[in-house]
Amino acid sequence: MHVGLRHIHAYLLLLPAFIFLVGFTHYPAIGTLLDSLMSTPRAGRAAVFVGLENYALMMDDPTFWKSLRNNFWFALVTIPVSIALSIAMALWVNDKIAGRQFLRMSYFLPTVLPMIAVANIWIFFYTPGYGLINQVLQLFGVASQNWLGDPSLVLGSVIVVAIWKEAGFFMIFYLAALQTLNPSYKEAAQIEGASAWYFFRRVQWPLLMPTTIFVLVNALINAFRMVDHIIVMTKGGPDNASSLLLFYLYEVGFKFWDQGYASALTAVLLAILALVGLLQFFVLDRRTHYR
Amino acid sequence: MKKTWIRAAAVAAGLCMSAAAFAQKTEVSFYFPIAVGGPITKIIDGYATQFNKENPSYNVTPVYSGTYQETIVKVLTAHKAGKPPTSAILLSTDTFTLADEGAIAPIDDFVKTDADRAWLKSFFPAFLLNGQFDNKTWGVPFQRSTVVLYWNKQLFKEAGLDPNKPPQTWAETISMGQKLTKKDASGNVTQWGIQVPSSGFPYWLFQGFSTQNGGILANAAGNAVKYDDPKVVEALQYWVDLSRKHGIHPPGVVEWGTTPRDFLERKAAMIWTTTGNLTNIRSNAKFDFGVAMLPAGERRGSPTGGGNFFIFKKATAAEQAGAFKFAQWLTQPERAAQWSIDTGYVAVSPASYETAALKKYAADFPPALVARDQLPHAVAELSTHDNQRVTKALNDGLQAALTGAKTPAQAMKDAQTEANRLLRGYK
Repeated sequence: MHVGLRHIHAYLLLLPAFIFLVGFTHYPAIGTLLDSLMSTPRAGRAAVFVGLENYALMMDDPTFWKSLRNNFWFALVTIPVSIALSIAMALWVNDKIAGRQFLRMSYFLPTVLPMIAVANIWIFFYTPGYGLINQVLQLFGVASQNWLGDPSLVLGSVIVVAIWKEAGFFMIFYLAALQTLNPSYKEAAQIEGASAWYFFRRVQWPLLMPTTIFVLVNALINAFRMVDHIIVMTKGGPDNASSLLLFYLYEVGFKFWDQGYASALTAVLLAILALVGLLQFFVLDRRTHYR
Repeated sequence: MKKTWIRAAAVAAGLCMSAAAFAQKTEVSFYFPIAVGGPITKIIDGYATQFNKENPSYNVTPVYSGTYQETIVKVLTAHKAGKPPTSAILLSTDTFTLADEGAIAPIDDFVKTDADRAWLKSFFPAFLLNGQFDNKTWGVPFQRSTVVLYWNKQLFKEAGLDPNKPPQTWAETISMGQKLTKKDASGNVTQWGIQVPSSGFPYWLFQGFSTQNGGILANAAGNAVKYDDPKVVEALQYWVDLSRKHGIHPPGVVEWGTTPRDFLERKAAMIWTTTGNLTNIRSNAKFDFGVAMLPAGERRGSPTGGGNFFIFKKATAAEQAGAFKFAQWLTQPERAAQWSIDTGYVAVSPASYETAALKKYAADFPPALVARDQLPHAVAELSTHDNQRVTKALNDGLQAALTGAKTPAQAMKDAQTEANRLLRGYK
């Protein structure tokens, strides 16, 4: 077949997917970038070109910086903790123990439940006085805390919910990966007398690396995407102490109806996520050993 | 889910049939949110069916559209895309936002006969306030509420107080609250005297305090606020002091959603919350409770709240006429009375309190009348141009003061600066 014809053929095959990708991903992204350089249109006042004014506004906006800082801590804590937890859970339910199916199911349960519903339940866990968490703490003589109403505790409280929600989901990937590992590694290690920790560190962990990369990227994206529980539990309060970037973006876009500024915030969020993607392709991929 | 599909299919089939049978029928879409418990969808669907039967030239299609916030997102997005619904129930405080976006038509445009004019005058004036500016009425009161005080009569008795006398003043709130606050051996509070929620939308509850202290938060034109008025700062100081100085109110920000539960669990002897919680508390309280007007400072005072009926500008004249007729039909005294009984919302006109149904209900359950009796003291809910942003400035300030991050004076000064910046374009 002629080379040119083959290319056309290939592109024709790609076309349907390409149309969707352009229509629902690239076109909106570029449209948002353009909107971020315009003012917000109101009744009787069309949008005008304002250059980088929306971005300058962002630099002076304390709520934006607060949300960004919160998001940084949110990511920094949720990602490693949920990954560590998910590996531990996967290792445990991978062993042949009684009630294994039940354990697997209960770890996976948080993932299946809708976030809006569980956030409403978590509000009651965190309630001062008679909430579940405070009741348990009071058994140990710890005074009741206002988890969602204290600016120094609220971010930690919503992080815990995020970890609880995510760890089970990541566990499934690790569990699947563990089950594809060749059982002869384990036998060999046992014959050589390697400890469980040594076996994990030298054999399982390196072999799980591709899974870890996948999970890591997902966790990073989720850290910027998970805001359902913020909307239900705190609405970003008290005084923006639990506001995350996407939550703030939603407020600006769909409560304040400030299209220009919301577009600029979206552009920043897109840039952060693009960086995360690039990090995966150019740095982590090279250091990972795929079989 | 399945039910929804079946219902949707039934509606679709119904639409096709009616379209074929009466080609001249005018379609009137009606978006409504749900913010309280109870079978609201069923009630509204019933209204539409009955209205369509009585008015064969119209076909009202009710669409349940989520929370208030989800509803305004849906209708404003649709408006921007050029195809808004004919009518919707939205927060009365969003009137400025809707008008600024050019989304709604003033109700005055449809008021033509003397009967129409009489109808528009039939509402409680306090409920019309939030829908009026520029000498026009933009929204019709429909599901409206106000803040009231609930008190636990049993805990009052245990504390040696008269169970039938709730606090009437700010000073009494403190003296009674001190008797009602209980601590365990290690000094942890097990029962709070009073609790006023402050998560999400603290401005609404705060407006109770500020009004009672003689402060008015925003002007009627919606382009200036007085967050840093000394009377407003003083009101905030009182709220903060309930916890910090007097120790009778939980510290920090108190969750709105769990406050009724706290009351039912006897963790709070008195709470402030919406009249909309009346049915919920009535059916779940295992003790005697009372409902009262908020205690007075300089005067009594409470904001109104809830949703108005809006008609959209881009709908055709025939559709708008249908929506207007539906609004009048919905707010007839008998219907408004039944709606109030079913939901706990305050009936929107004095005439509905004169109906047999509501009179009988109130005789069985007198607390249902407290909200109405408080209405003469009620003020418009805080609402301005760029409303949600200007309100957020206040919310952030209130939460900063309640959590101790800022002094009340500083918090209100910062909120004022932010609000001035936001409102400068509307002078």
